[in-house]
Amino acid sequence: MSTTNEFPGTGGLILNEPLLWHKGKKGRIGMSIPAGEVPAAAIDPLLVGEPADFPDLSEVDVVRHYTRLSQWNFGVDSGMYPLGSCTMKYNPKTNERQAATPAIAAAHPMLADELCQGTLRLLHELQTYLAAITGLDAVSLQPAAGAHGELTGMLIFHAWHRHRGAQRHKILIPDTAHGTNPASAALCGYQAVAVKSDERGMLDPALVAELMDEETAGIMLTNPNTLGLFEERIREIAAIVHAKGGLVYGDGANMNAVLGVMDAKRCGIDVLHLNLHKTFSTPHGGGGPGAGPVCVTGELEPFLPVPRVVKEGDRYRLDSDRPLSVGRIHAFHGNFGVLVRAYSYILSMGEAGLKRASQLAVLNANYVKERLKDVLHLPYDRPCMHECVFSDLKQQAQKITTLDMAKRLIDYGYHPPTIYFPLVVHGALMIEPTETECKDDLDQFIAALRAIVREAEEQPDLLRQAPQRTKVRRLDEVQAARCPCLTGPSAV
Amino acid sequence: MRYLPHTSEEIDAMLATVGAAGLDELFASVPSDCRVARPWDLPAPRSEWELNDHLRALAASMGVDEQTAVLVGAGSYHHHIPETVRALAGRSEFLTSYTPYQPEMAQGTLQAIFEYQTLTARLLGVDVVNASMYDGASALAEALLMALRVAKKKRRVAVAKAIHPHYRAVVRAYLQPAGFEIVELDTLTSGRTDLGGLAAHGDLAAVALQSPNFFGVIEDLDSAAAVVHRTDALLVAAFTEPLAYGLFKSPGACGADIVCGEGQSFGLPRSFGGPYLGMFGCKAPFTRNLPGRLVGETKDAEGRRGYVLTLATREQHIRREKATSNICSNQGLCALTAAIYMASLGGTGLRQLARLNYDRAEYLKGLLVRAGAKIVFDGPTFNEFVVEFAADFRPARERLLARNIVTGLELGDLYPELAGRYLFCVTETIDKKTMDTIAAEVAA
Repeated sequence: MSTTNEFPGTGGLILNEPLLWHKGKKGRIGMSIPAGEVPAAAIDPLLVGEPADFPDLSEVDVVRHYTRLSQWNFGVDSGMYPLGSCTMKYNPKTNERQAATPAIAAAHPMLADELCQGTLRLLHELQTYLAAITGLDAVSLQPAAGAHGELTGMLIFHAWHRHRGAQRHKILIPDTAHGTNPASAALCGYQAVAVKSDERGMLDPALVAELMDEETAGIMLTNPNTLGLFEERIREIAAIVHAKGGLVYGDGANMNAVLGVMDAKRCGIDVLHLNLHKTFSTPHGGGGPGAGPVCVTGELEPFLPVPRVVKEGDRYRLDSDRPLSVGRIHAFHGNFGVLVRAYSYILSMGEAGLKRASQLAVLNANYVKERLKDVLHLPYDRPCMHECVFSDLKQQAQKITTLDMAKRLIDYGYHPPTIYFPLVVHGALMIEPTETECKDDLDQFIAALRAIVREAEEQPDLLRQAPQRTKVRRLDEVQAARCPCLTGPSAV
Repeated sequence: MRYLPHTSEEIDAMLATVGAAGLDELFASVPSDCRVARPWDLPAPRSEWELNDHLRALAASMGVDEQTAVLVGAGSYHHHIPETVRALAGRSEFLTSYTPYQPEMAQGTLQAIFEYQTLTARLLGVDVVNASMYDGASALAEALLMALRVAKKKRRVAVAKAIHPHYRAVVRAYLQPAGFEIVELDTLTSGRTDLGGLAAHGDLAAVALQSPNFFGVIEDLDSAAAVVHRTDALLVAAFTEPLAYGLFKSPGACGADIVCGEGQSFGLPRSFGGPYLGMFGCKAPFTRNLPGRLVGETKDAEGRRGYVLTLATREQHIRREKATSNICSNQGLCALTAAIYMASLGGTGLRQLARLNYDRAEYLKGLLVRAGAKIVFDGPTFNEFVVEFAADFRPARERLLARNIVTGLELGDLYPELAGRYLFCVTETIDKKTMDTIAAEVAA
């Protein structure tokens, strides 16, 4: 426990705020518009539309509106956000500044290479760093998110098999892989074949050998997997898949556990995506933008999206002359501003700093696991990587669910962990503290969860009624889906 | 390292709790033949101040900077961004939060996205808008996949050649593996798309047009909707410049079924092409076929208004391989930014700004014609137009670049038949003096 016994989640000054269109007055404006300067031009009246029905607001109206809304939100800057599989680490402020560097933020993506040497150099260097960090040979920075990287990876699988003259129709996906994997594979027409993990939460090479055939494009696995465990027999599994002419996709969403430890190429992985908004500290922005660069072996480099950024002497240029490429998957160069932030992070941390980050992320997760496993059921009791997965088994006697515990954590001032994922654990509670939480804060979080477990026995209604200290209480999600109200004005 | 809070005493205490002798022992489960075997050779870590210097040096190596007048659009537009947009979207409660899976802790994001969906639906003339796609190009690809889902058995779509060539490339990458067929539609001398032979292309699930199209030309969407619907296909209307709908009739009002495109113009910097904003909406009957996240209104346990992510049964984490898309992370903060921008402009400001853009572009058109140039397509345009010069434009273009003005995008790489022609873009950021300078140089 830290110096105070107070949890962060005390009630605060929460102001009300209407919807935008219930504010303002016709004729107000919140933005400066340049003077006309030129004469009004003729326009075909048949093409002119009705003015858009937007509210007219002053600058102060707008500032108050969004400031109040922001105060109903909780971010990493507000407090601990142990959302498993999402790596909610601290997002450094300097990265925001670097992405906003005027000439970089103003760079137009369609100008000649000689006018864009600075941005091209940044892309090229980031590609080089990510290749070194993963152990793979070539990188495309185009994918705009993790799932977009997965799709790119599946397009590469598809193009590679086509190039070899035989298309395949199935793909192996373990039950401990990331949730987006089956939908990404489906876009390439691959039918997902589930692979069950064993009682230790591991993939069994014998089972992979049984399922892998020459109709199967390969395997999509997550390592460390979604139970937070390292797939110890990944090399054997990769060898089995390769022997049958398949490829190995590694979902690198959990890379924060193994920086400086795992070499993806040595593991036998052919294609790996990284989530820069997880491992490389770029902010999640309430749902994006992220970035999902794809790293591949030299053999697969010709299949990467175009354009590629290449270096010739000390000049950089875009190269689109790649006949085997899967083509373009983003209008321009991906979420460039996100790439600038990740580049800044890598330069700030350096090699030793990045390796240290993974060590401390894993230490934090194991520490939380050890200090909670006497009160919460731990389905896989063994050393974990950067996250640990509990369940609500011990609370079932009180008819308290994972959801109730998660909601009660909000009253204590914490963002809940990921719940009900991975699916392989019933009532999962997946905690990923990340390396940027200090021991004091972990101790306080542990104390909060222990207090909640006690409350579950003594005052279970406190959990069922939670949260009580937020802008709104539990929301009726069934009603939201049954009678969707997706645009205003408000129905309430 | 300032982001890592652990002291060595704390590490020792935590290792003792865990029962490990050292940090390396935590990785005992990683086999030695899976491990990093060589140094990465990354640059030495930089202090905050060294990092500032480094990025400043990179910026200085750019041939153009924020002071340059760039008369190139082509899917990335320079519009003024109010400081309020940057300040509010940069609030860390928005910036450092995750996808709003715990709605009680994310009402700010959720209400803001609900408002974004509402304003964008009004702008595009559709009934429902999702919480964003990656960019305009992937939004178009997803729109065509959605139309193919709606049409069930059909395997073919038609796409106008006057759609941004990069968008068409993304469409090809997305549709090719599943074996869907793409027919490309020619451009008429007006710059509009030729819809004359649609019926000859057989069973089309959708016809995609961009308006204003890549050449800046406003397509006749009213007529297009009638023609496309007669073939029993859906009309997908794409865009790269949503500001146009501040002045011109919205695609939804013209009868488009799915409307999608790029929202970068609304408060996002050009930033070398991203992060941008895929705007995506449709008519109500297709709601359950939409890709991506949706925010819906509901009530809390005490009857108060509140917002949640909804209709998740369409999405990858529930439907797995049967989902309407694999998208998970989207461009949430970019959608929030666009909402703040739309709120700042308001209905009155939007019309005024769109009109200003139109007038300025028409002004430069007039100047160039008087200087001897020809406007290649004679259809009505917004902000962008294609110019053919009487003489080789390259020397004048070089002279203008020396005066920090980038004039137009040469089209030969993208459309060989338009080699030597230039796509110009004028927004409110290009003042009269700059346009007069360009005209004088062309005349010289």
